[in-house]
Amino acid sequence: MQLTDLYQEIILDHYKHPHGRGLRDPYEAEAHHVNPTCGDEITLRVHLEGDKVADVSYDGVGCSISQASASVLFDLLNGKALSEAMTTIEAFTELMTGKGEVEPDEDVLEDAVAFAGVAKYPARVKCALLSWMAFKDAAARAASESGDKS
Amino acid sequence: MTDPGTVLKDELYGDMPKLDVGAIRADFPILGREVNGRPLVYLDSAATSQKPVQVVEAMREFALAHNANVSRSVHTLGTEATEGYEGARVKVAAFIGAARPEEVVFTKNSTESINLVAYSMLAASLDPKADPRLRLGPGDEVAITEMEHHSNIVPWQLLCERTGATLRWLGIADTGRLDLSNLGEIVNERTKIVSFVHQSNLLGTINQVSPIAQRAREVGALVMIDASQSVPHMGVDLADYDVDFMVFTGHKMLGPTGIGVLYGRTELLEAMPPFLGGGSMIETVSMTGSTFAAPPAKFEAGTPPIVEAYGLGVAVDYLNRVGMDAIRWHEKELTAYALAALGTVDGLRVVGPGAAVGRGGCVSFHLDGIHPHDVGQILDSEGVEVRVGHHCAKPTCVRFGVPATTRASFYLYNTTAEVDALIAGLEKVRKVFG
Repeated sequence: MQLTDLYQEIILDHYKHPHGRGLRDPYEAEAHHVNPTCGDEITLRVHLEGDKVADVSYDGVGCSISQASASVLFDLLNGKALSEAMTTIEAFTELMTGKGEVEPDEDVLEDAVAFAGVAKYPARVKCALLSWMAFKDAAARAASESGDKS
Repeated sequence: MTDPGTVLKDELYGDMPKLDVGAIRADFPILGREVNGRPLVYLDSAATSQKPVQVVEAMREFALAHNANVSRSVHTLGTEATEGYEGARVKVAAFIGAARPEEVVFTKNSTESINLVAYSMLAASLDPKADPRLRLGPGDEVAITEMEHHSNIVPWQLLCERTGATLRWLGIADTGRLDLSNLGEIVNERTKIVSFVHQSNLLGTINQVSPIAQRAREVGALVMIDASQSVPHMGVDLADYDVDFMVFTGHKMLGPTGIGVLYGRTELLEAMPPFLGGGSMIETVSMTGSTFAAPPAKFEAGTPPIVEAYGLGVAVDYLNRVGMDAIRWHEKELTAYALAALGTVDGLRVVGPGAAVGRGGCVSFHLDGIHPHDVGQILDSEGVEVRVGHHCAKPTCVRFGVPATTRASFYLYNTTAEVDALIAGLEKVRKVFG
């Protein structure tokens, strides 16, 4: 296996220059997820306006894969319709759990296709999925929260 | 790459026992394999050691030629298996200087050994007639340290939650050594047991046992040491330590997984209520109740890991043949060399004692701005296997303000060339993430 499969330039770039990082108001739900094996942590907030993901904000500590993945998540999910965001998450999860045998759809996953190589490193899949699981968790609660209000 | 002034010079230490690392490496076939197209550099013996061919072959031969259950057969195979199993107990007892083989209880690992004592104390706490030294309730205390592996934290947290007792902690000084300035306060008349690590699996620090044990004796508390990282690497003679319990595990000392040891003073093992109930641990069983076998059988319910215990005995033979003093010295030389070499890496901070004194061959470090997971991944691509993460010692990480560390740990089969490979790997890490 080539190390460059794992540490694609896109990943290193997102790691060194993260997009949308920092916790912001307003938000309806916040999720804090940790990877107990390595101590990676992410805190992620979701703000919905109707069915639209109006803001995803996050902060965390961890390896390049987990932190770059959060930055890519911001690019991909922020501003999308919630249902569309969930489709993207499904595609990303499928890619990451596909043991390197899933061909990623660049139209759906954009920069996230760079994580295709991570799927070949079982120990790192959890790192890549950390923020995505936190988003799923926070978005579900944010949706029921705004559902309660309407 | 290393300042020769900082390594331990032969002319000064020529009388120290030496080992033949080339001959030793030949006993470990795995060390000849490649990882990611590079020669394997195994620097993770603090997690688990590699096994010499002597141990693996002896276990194979035992399983193929002497397999039977222990302690309950009159037949020849049963006798042979029992001799193998009990013979291992005798070897282990002699290895640590226990007064009697019966003071060695075989368990699954160090974690189970610690839990055995904690759960036995829980059982005693529920029984008003139990030995008062083992009973806890509100107002009583258990003392541990911030340097512990989670296996020496969580069992005591559970025991304290369940009995209403209070868990107290000795802190760590910036130097990576235990801060004993408030020992008198943390270990006090209310303390029932003090349990602490002999050598830290993260910092590498070797703790002095006597000041803590002495204070515990003053207040009548029991003393346990977690020797998982020390027994494999240095001669540990119980005659030197005034402790009631000591735990360690087979797989970190050239033996197999699935076999661990609880050393306990006979008189205490006799007073302790059993942990697991079942076969082999009884004296007699009736429908109205049971009486229990004498230790160590009292604490070895069910069929034990027979082949694994036998393998541990063979591992002890191997260590004795090389000599624990020679192993200790070899690792000290490697550690001094590694600490000096790591000091040349930009932005690297050693977490733990910075000199090869009062510490073992297990070195944790932090590379400025680069997560240990990434460090470990790049090193792996160079064939260098280190451990990254919190090493099951989160309170220690928090104490030093790092989420995780990279840890290189040495054993009798490691060489300075492997330390050089580590340093070269770290330069590559800096290149990728610089």
